[in-house]
Amino acid sequence: MPDKEQALETVLTEYQKEKGSLIPVLQQAQAIQGYLSKPVMSRIAERLGIYESDVYGVATFYTQFRFTPLGKNIVKVCHGTACHVNGAEGISDSLCRHLKVKEGETTEDGKFTTERVACLGCCSLAPVVMINEETYGRLTSDKVKKILDRY
Amino acid sequence: MENKWRVVVGLGSCGVASDGRGVYKALEEGIAQRKLSAEMEETGCLGMCYNEVLVDVIDPQGRRTLYKEVTPEKTDRLLDEHLLEGKPITEWIARAEGVVTDDDAFLKDQKRIVLRNCGLISPESIEEYQARDGYQALKRVLKEMTPAQVISEVLDSGLRGRGGAGFPTGLKWRLAAQSDTKPKYFICNADEGDPGAFMDRSVLEGDPHSVIEGMLIGAYAIGAGVGYIYVRAEYPLAVARLKIAIKQAKDQGILGQNILGSNFSFDLKIKEGAGAFVCGEETALIASIEGKRGMPRLRPPFPAVSGLWGKPTNINNVETLANIPWIILNGAGAFASLGTEKSKGSKVFALAGKIKRGGLVEVPMGLSLREIIFDIGGGIKEDREFKAVQLGGPSGGCIPAYLLDTPIDYEAITATGAIMGSGGMVVMDETTCMVDIARFFLNFTQAESCGKCTFCRLGTKRMLEILERICQGEGRIEDLKLLEELSESVKTTSLCGLGQTAPNPVLTTLRYFREEYEAHIIEKRCPARSCRPLLTFTVIEELCTGCGLCAKVCPVEAAKGKKKEPYSIDQTLCTKCGQCLAKCKFEAIRVE
Repeated sequence: MPDKEQALETVLTEYQKEKGSLIPVLQQAQAIQGYLSKPVMSRIAERLGIYESDVYGVATFYTQFRFTPLGKNIVKVCHGTACHVNGAEGISDSLCRHLKVKEGETTEDGKFTTERVACLGCCSLAPVVMINEETYGRLTSDKVKKILDRY
Repeated sequence: MENKWRVVVGLGSCGVASDGRGVYKALEEGIAQRKLSAEMEETGCLGMCYNEVLVDVIDPQGRRTLYKEVTPEKTDRLLDEHLLEGKPITEWIARAEGVVTDDDAFLKDQKRIVLRNCGLISPESIEEYQARDGYQALKRVLKEMTPAQVISEVLDSGLRGRGGAGFPTGLKWRLAAQSDTKPKYFICNADEGDPGAFMDRSVLEGDPHSVIEGMLIGAYAIGAGVGYIYVRAEYPLAVARLKIAIKQAKDQGILGQNILGSNFSFDLKIKEGAGAFVCGEETALIASIEGKRGMPRLRPPFPAVSGLWGKPTNINNVETLANIPWIILNGAGAFASLGTEKSKGSKVFALAGKIKRGGLVEVPMGLSLREIIFDIGGGIKEDREFKAVQLGGPSGGCIPAYLLDTPIDYEAITATGAIMGSGGMVVMDETTCMVDIARFFLNFTQAESCGKCTFCRLGTKRMLEILERICQGEGRIEDLKLLEELSESVKTTSLCGLGQTAPNPVLTTLRYFREEYEAHIIEKRCPARSCRPLLTFTVIEELCTGCGLCAKVCPVEAAKGKKKEPYSIDQTLCTKCGQCLAKCKFEAIRVE
């Protein structure tokens, strides 16, 4: 994928001189590739002049970063307080059963990756699920299945 | 704009999640079809999230009619009857001049300072912000006030940090102003990680310029030349709107070099967080901006002396900053006249959970919890029994019914064992298990602990294990004492607010709802019928019609039977998922 290589190169060149640029670089590398692969992590360390262990130290600290490839669609199930009180566990259960995955895994066909998140900030519409950039509120187990079928 | 209809759709995250974009498109198409002379606009969150999608129709004479629960299907009737025939549809109105609705109570007791523009202006238009006195406060500050005068004004207003800790903002600014090292940094903390709070998101999405203006005034007061807004990565819409706002402000000379012709310059950047709750703590946030793991460090030195890159740094929360322009324009006295002796002004709360009217409310300090939950929020969904209200998120606690008359005031809330926090207010009814809630929060803090302090890292883990055991029905009575001991240790030996407050949900539930813990431990029973391992699902034969729906939805084939005859549930297979209970139309499933 030379264009992905090129995009990463542009990011590294842009941030190379900037203080404290490791997190934005990791974010953009992940945006380009979908996840942070071993070779990419090594390259970031080399180009920013940081020990690779430090790059891993930072990347593993934050929940945003992932080290395995993603499915085509990311399904984030909100488990904030309001969602929890309004039955988020049931939503998670039926979603995982429907997709035949465990929370945090990717479906066999690579279509969906499920994630558990702390709070999406749509508490008054609890329970909430976010698929890619779209938020769906006031859910029931049935609604979730119908929404997934659209993707 | 004269003599045209205006149709404004609420497109905050809550509006978008309720298909606000679909409504917008349907209205746009409907207007084009009917060749109506009407402008389409969008706005942020008005706070009435329970009524989304909200559509504001403003007629050529400027009369506003706010419609609730609009769907794409409803738009044809709305356009035909209201815009074409001039007859508003009364049964859909949430708010309009001369119409009495249930929703009036939601707005009646509110005092909107932070939310003064949310839901009324387009967040992507600097002109609309300016038309409502936007950037007037900045002009006044730059032309008529010295930095010291600005700080005095904020100090006199009595404004305290709205991020949760309640430190006097003016005092914080004074400390930062006293440091004479350059450069100085001014940071806006928009890393709203508290599950259950969403006011910062709504302000950023609905009125981003008010935060930028607050930052500019603060930066002028302390002498900072560079600013960062540290936003949660989970808020893409807020980031997008902030970027637009920053560009607009730059184009008008409000950000950048020699602002509005003065010799004050300020450069503002957005930093996207990468997902760590602890980064809401100021020293951890600074570490994160520096590109390190977000771990708090010892204070002193405080950031005002040595913060970002070792330079003096001031950090304020979004809601705190949105108050600033209002205080400058209306005077410290106007702000200080609201509220209680030690808690001035207004406070925004995010009402959620088992409440009828969930959304954002901004009330004068001093109002009681009861007034907020019952008068403004309309009470409990399905008129169930109120059990507790959770304030302050993972650092806060659960307040029981008999303390509902507690006023909203930093000290009064702290006295209950909860904290004011950032303003998340999650209401719970009799179906919420308090042990499960304590477990839920511990699960959160345990996962979000940065790991620096041993007690926070391991203590919360052990506490969580105990709570999980209790929820499984394997608790022991001595566990309660152990939980209290661990709580004390974690509180006293943690470096930052996360660990110091992590035991609060456990301590408050133990204090106010001890009998629920005892029921789980002694009787192996969950009074709220929420902890699944302690439940048994059976079919009430007399009520079962043999429709077979339970068997159809049962994921493990535990519900069995013949059509038209009473079904039964095989207890050896049942996973207690509750699907049969949710689906049964005859209330024939018993849970105990």
